[in-house]
Amino acid sequence: MSATALLGRRSRVAPVPGLGLTLGITLAWVGLIVVIPLAALAIKPWELGVAGVAQSLAEPRVLSALAVSFGAALLATLVNLPLGLLLAWAIVRLDFPGRRILDSVIDLPFSLPTAVAGIALTALFAPNGWLGAPLMAAFGWQVAYTQAGIAVALIFVGLPFIVRTVEPVLRDLGRDAEEAAATLGATRPQTLGRVVLPMLAPALLTGAGLAFARAVGEYGSVIFIAGNVPMVTEIAPLLIVIRLEQFDYAGAAAVGLAMLVLSFAILLILNLLQRRLRRGRR
Amino acid sequence: MSERFRPAHADAPWARALLAASAVLVAIVMLVLPLAAVFAEALRRGLPVAIGAILDEDSLAAIRLTLIVAAITVPVNLAGGIAAAWAVAKCDFPGKRVLVTLIELPFSVSPVIAGLTFVLIFGAQGWLGPWLQARDIQVIFAVPGLVLATIFVTFPFVARTVMPLMQEQGRDEEEAAATLGASGFQIFSRVTLPNVKWALLSGVLLCNARAMGEFGAVSVVSGHIRGETNTMPLHVEILYNEYQFAGAFAVAALLALLGLVTLAAKTMLDHAAGRRAGGAA
Repeated sequence: MSATALLGRRSRVAPVPGLGLTLGITLAWVGLIVVIPLAALAIKPWELGVAGVAQSLAEPRVLSALAVSFGAALLATLVNLPLGLLLAWAIVRLDFPGRRILDSVIDLPFSLPTAVAGIALTALFAPNGWLGAPLMAAFGWQVAYTQAGIAVALIFVGLPFIVRTVEPVLRDLGRDAEEAAATLGATRPQTLGRVVLPMLAPALLTGAGLAFARAVGEYGSVIFIAGNVPMVTEIAPLLIVIRLEQFDYAGAAAVGLAMLVLSFAILLILNLLQRRLRRGRR
Repeated sequence: MSERFRPAHADAPWARALLAASAVLVAIVMLVLPLAAVFAEALRRGLPVAIGAILDEDSLAAIRLTLIVAAITVPVNLAGGIAAAWAVAKCDFPGKRVLVTLIELPFSVSPVIAGLTFVLIFGAQGWLGPWLQARDIQVIFAVPGLVLATIFVTFPFVARTVMPLMQEQGRDEEEAAATLGASGFQIFSRVTLPNVKWALLSGVLLCNARAMGEFGAVSVVSGHIRGETNTMPLHVEILYNEYQFAGAFAVAALLALLGLVTLAAKTMLDHAAGRRAGGAA
């Protein structure tokens, strides 16, 4: 409770000034840069009419690109959940040489430009690359220029989202619950599976949502490693670029709008799931 | 026999060692190796070749354009971010949650879609296209388009780092200052700013790094005209697609250095701020 409220002299306290000015700047800024452009995106596709939009989206190439984008994003997020949990656990719970370096390296995908990440991962996973060559020799796997390559790029860009959302929760968790479970006779795997993991689940879901949203729309790190073969490794954002190059503005906007609606629907489901998890715990 | 007492919540030493080793392995394969590959490829034909590629006329033009775009983008988003954080954290008005959601929206929109929205408005067949053409003003395939698209994708960085901190600090100090007769600007510069300066700097750093490294959004609005509308990341793509790998990786290495400096500075800032402003960017 604030000191002013305690004293009950709210009326004597001057309100903080500047609402008019700051709100005016904020609304101009949000309106011009975010609201009007996104409104354009929401309106443009309907120039084609409802049937036209449906036809434009029902093209096999569009459906395939959407499936590749959302499928690879889902796969990358599922891979990133255990990897992110492992890294967060290592930073918070373990002590080993290089832990501090590990902690700062995790943010690398946030600060490395996506085009740089794209050509770096391509060089790494190309059939003659540092990792691509051994993978090819040992298992016959080709990563670059396949759907696996797309997933690798999306794992790279999504990893820090999960680490950085789980880490603070894990830090605040304390060890009381774990000790109580152990005292009551739970084995370590039982404690981790039934006590720790459920407490981390909401944070894991939040991180997964952030990583997924980022991965669905990712462009720069993907187009170099993807190979961009229509119907196979062509992602939805690339299809938008291609349609724009053909001056098919409405068709490009239709794909963009479909991507946004789909990813917001998925984020909404994750949000509801998370609320249920939180409520279940109480 | 000589095993020491181990608390119930602790894992066996071998398990801890295994976890630490796997974490380090994941970080090396997924994070360190890609970075190392950039520098290795850039230096494959020697340092002079790499430096020569950076000092090439088109590369220098790209570097200049990237600096110009960042120099416009960062102040705009700094001013907007501070104004938004002040209004949301220190004042009362209806619709606050909607406003905060709108501010964070650009993070969940694909960069390509961000670029697309500006083409829909300013492009040749866009809403304002004919009007702009009649007046011979070029937005798309020109610097204004690059700036607009970059402002969109870096929009939330400053607001998102400063707003939670300002909310957490409450408004008692500002109200006290206002009661004592301080003007709004005095309150901001003497009371609020010193409290949030590290977070603010951290937000500016992230905003700048993203502004200089943005690819998808600027790729859509650029038109890829060499020496005119090519930013550094776009130049990397052009060189790469022309099989000039040494040049592409040399410019990429320069961008990677920018990322590394940002990372180091951010680590130091977070330290200075006592790790208060955490969370994903």
